Amino acid sequence: MVVKMMAAFRTPKRLNRSFAVSFILFAFLAVFGAFMALPLLYAVNNAFKPLDELFIFPPRFFVNNPTLDNFYDLIALMGNSWVPLSRYIANTLLITLIGTAGHILLASAAAYPLAKYNFLGSKALFSIVVLSLMFSGHVTAIPNYMVMSWLGWINSHASIIVPSLAFPLGLFLMKQFIEQLPTALLEAAKIDGASEYRIYWSIVMPNVKPAWLTLMILQFPALWGTDGGSFIYSENLKTLHYALGQITLGGIARAGVGAAVALILMVVPISLFIISQSSVIQTMATSGMKD
Amino acid sequence: MQAETTSQAVPNLIHPKKKSRMANVWTELKKNKHYYFLMSPYMLIFFTFTVIPVVFSLILSFFYFNMLEFPRFVGWQNYSRLFLNDDIFMIAVKNTFLFAIITGPVSYIACFFFAWIINELSPKVRSVMTLIFYAPAISGNVFFIWLIVFSGDRYGYLNGLLIKFGFILEPIQWLTNEQYILIIVMIVQLWLSLGTSFLAFIAGLQTIDRTLIEAGVVDGIKNRWQELWFITLPSMRPQLLFGAVMQITGSLAVADITVALAGFPSVNYAAHTIVTHLMDYGTIRFEMGYASAIATVLFGIMIGTNKLTQKLLRKVGE
Repeated sequence: MVVKMMAAFRTPKRLNRSFAVSFILFAFLAVFGAFMALPLLYAVNNAFKPLDELFIFPPRFFVNNPTLDNFYDLIALMGNSWVPLSRYIANTLLITLIGTAGHILLASAAAYPLAKYNFLGSKALFSIVVLSLMFSGHVTAIPNYMVMSWLGWINSHASIIVPSLAFPLGLFLMKQFIEQLPTALLEAAKIDGASEYRIYWSIVMPNVKPAWLTLMILQFPALWGTDGGSFIYSENLKTLHYALGQITLGGIARAGVGAAVALILMVVPISLFIISQSSVIQTMATSGMKD
Repeated sequence: MQAETTSQAVPNLIHPKKKSRMANVWTELKKNKHYYFLMSPYMLIFFTFTVIPVVFSLILSFFYFNMLEFPRFVGWQNYSRLFLNDDIFMIAVKNTFLFAIITGPVSYIACFFFAWIINELSPKVRSVMTLIFYAPAISGNVFFIWLIVFSGDRYGYLNGLLIKFGFILEPIQWLTNEQYILIIVMIVQLWLSLGTSFLAFIAGLQTIDRTLIEAGVVDGIKNRWQELWFITLPSMRPQLLFGAVMQITGSLAVADITVALAGFPSVNYAAHTIVTHLMDYGTIRFEMGYASAIATVLFGIMIGTNKLTQKLLRKVGE
């Protein structure tokens, strides 16, 4: 495998490359690549293991007799648990779709003026956003809880969706990307009589599709994997990730179903990344922080 | 007719200077009202849930508040209790720093190093390798895999292997043994940490000007290490600064993984961090003032570390 990958090494095109060092670096990459990939591969294998293989000793990595039983059990469980599992899936989808789409809309609407115009407060606002990248959401957890309870949003999906709309990293990346758009394009539209909103919607938005996908790939897994945190306590509002926790608590009998749910939780964001990878890399090229 | 226009133009020229400062601000605001309007939904939410809470948390840290009674001003008491009378907080600070000092730089260097090697591959292999390294970061919090790997019975993957090959005779309680918890949390955190900064580095490496490297060869750059230090790193300074912010904030905020792996609270607080301490007081004991003091300290540590690192990184390749 290493030899095959070595062939992919662009040694001839590159200057100053010794084969020996390339080989060592490459072997290093392969070892760590395995470390990264094995747990995920294990999760995939687990989802297809029959119950006796899940608890075999010594534990086996690969599945011997792959079966779809775990997924059938999952479907059966969906039908007859107290809160049907489809409810958890619907909740997760609702939170993820509204949160991601809304975030892309709001962040790009805010990023366009910040990227292209200089007006009173624009610099200050952007530096506050950059500063907010430097601390995590945990810092504001306590006041957020109080704000939520004053707004009456405790135990509603709004408490998860609304704060996620203003995720600062999204605005930062969107602004850096919009800066690359040629200003002449916007000026031409202005001369043709387009309003600012029109420019935002018909010129800026279609031209920053790579950045949409990037914001999606950052926001989607965070919301998809949310367990509702401390805001949601009604069973019928809870998410798939929470349900996974409950299923695995079910112990040995539910181990197979747990593995199937985990596979579903994992596969969706990874497939999204596979589709959007080149756009994401294109956006990230502009992610740098200027001094 | 011409005389008329000149006489009108003159007062117009003088007029703006007579306006007060406030009026100038007002015209400026009015001129740009579309921009403010476009930004307003985002900024409204951003200020409500990020900016104001920071200020509010700072104020609240000087009060005793339990969500039921009216807040009572206590001055520096929360802070003095935190630093002088709270042994658990000291454990949390120690764990957080130990954790951040190891996983922060290691994950940052790993992000860059792997991105750097991957960049030498052909485009197809490059995108496969990028996927493999990035996948754990977005795999939907699948910590449970590691729970199976480090499970305390002999069905646990690590225990199973070690027993099979005869290194140990009895399974080790990986997740409830103080000796191992922090190391295991670190391994899992490193596994998850090739995220946004890794992508930023991959992208940054691809945008480096090829002619710079060719010019470097003419100027006597002999091997890849010299190229890395003299050309690659300085050209990537903006991405390096961005990546540093992402990794530092991530490594100081570690909590979800410790809770998922070691439980909450962990055995003898072996995996207790500042954030879990904050959760303890904020969501269980409802001592909001005290929790706010913890949050304010965490805020200070995060901003301070970030600013310091930014200063250091500006020196790269100079």
